[in-house]
Amino acid sequence: MITIVNYGLGNVQAIGNIYRKAGIPVTLAEKPEDMVGAERLILPGVGAFDWAMHRLEESGMRPALQDLVLTKGVPVLGICVGMQMLADSSEEGVLPGLGWISGTVRHFEPGAAGEGVRMPHMGWNDIATGRSHPLFAGLESDARFYFLHSYYFEPVEHDTVLAWTDYGGRFASSVGRGNVLGVQFHPEKSHQWGVRLLLNFARG
Amino acid sequence: MLRPRIIPCLLVKGAGLVKTVGFGRPKYVGDPINAVRIFNEKEVDELVVLDIDATAEGREPDYTLIRNLAAECRMPLCYGGGVSRVDQFERIVSLGVEKVSVGAAIVENPNLVGAAARCVGSQSVVVIIDARRDAQTGRRLGWVRNGTVPTGLTVTDLVRRATELGAGEVVVNNIDLDGSMTGYDLDLAREVGIATSLPVTFLGGAGSLTHIRELFSAVGVVGAAAGSLFVFKGSLRAVLINYPRRSDRDELCLEVANRSVAS
Repeated sequence: MITIVNYGLGNVQAIGNIYRKAGIPVTLAEKPEDMVGAERLILPGVGAFDWAMHRLEESGMRPALQDLVLTKGVPVLGICVGMQMLADSSEEGVLPGLGWISGTVRHFEPGAAGEGVRMPHMGWNDIATGRSHPLFAGLESDARFYFLHSYYFEPVEHDTVLAWTDYGGRFASSVGRGNVLGVQFHPEKSHQWGVRLLLNFARG
Repeated sequence: MLRPRIIPCLLVKGAGLVKTVGFGRPKYVGDPINAVRIFNEKEVDELVVLDIDATAEGREPDYTLIRNLAAECRMPLCYGGGVSRVDQFERIVSLGVEKVSVGAAIVENPNLVGAAARCVGSQSVVVIIDARRDAQTGRRLGWVRNGTVPTGLTVTDLVRRATELGAGEVVVNNIDLDGSMTGYDLDLAREVGIATSLPVTFLGGAGSLTHIRELFSAVGVVGAAAGSLFVFKGSLRAVLINYPRRSDRDELCLEVANRSVAS
């Protein structure tokens, strides 16, 4: 059973469809009661950081989410802005993040990355997995994922990085600490590779 | 290595998909959801869907269609048509669409671009500029409202303006070459490529993988969008949804990467 935190942002339906096709039941949680008994959580997200934090707060689900993840140790996967929300703060906004993995979300400096490196980072790119992790089982080589972002997660501790991606310099395209995982790319929009990752999360 | 993107562009008219020539003569090519399913199977890089009637008819985007498209799409989706307010960006993004495009706003309501970017993030705000070659001067001028209203500005001026306003991507849609399948306007592509540091996508003129290769050779890692190329097959333009094989695309990406290393 996968519980998707549906606070109004992110491609909830596309994620749900992938799991349903694989025969894995999905719950779309829209209020705290919907999260009771959650076994695995997905925190999607698109848009601006503050907007996403604000919408999550407004949904009333944040305390329940916090309890499940931090007290009960339920695995959670943050996607795109959902990964950025795991950080302490973001240069994109003023609201604090969830603070579940120490780090700051930084802006890609336009032009700093060099000639021909267009910003935002948009399109299909590779990942290099730092250490072996079940989330990336079978995706260690030749996998590619769809990225669409102007901000990136800069973790305090490098050993929380599960994968790096190179775009005018390397940045953390996946982070993880215990039961808290995040991916900057969009697995729900990354064809077979994204499906594999989402199924790894469900089964891992 | 970031790969250049090869992007089918689908035009919605009424309940169906059409393909135009020179922004006119719409020919019915099929059902939108069915097309998305086929493109899923072909693992396309990204998909653009433009509702070409919404702005002209002054109506809201078809949110039911957008919801269904977004749920079906296993690749990123850019939607355009009838968008003129921030709340529409919010609503479309919340339906699961990654990118929303506007055209006329860049001249009629320039603040919209920045306001939308602050809300949904600049990476999700796309400006589409319709390009038409001025017969006398040869300059490429920008048009809006599905190529019906001239802006009096050059395409590159509008591209710079979109960049300053805070857009996350610029799509240049070439009216003269729409449906021609004779190749992209490479001169314009080079100008636009230099005029902005944003991701850029070119639409209009692609008739073969060779044309796409020419575009990437001219401007590097950009988006190559096409309509006719991916919905028609053969000289009789029979409707057949198609897309280059992964091995061919990988080869093309490698060529672009090697070229940028060499240069």
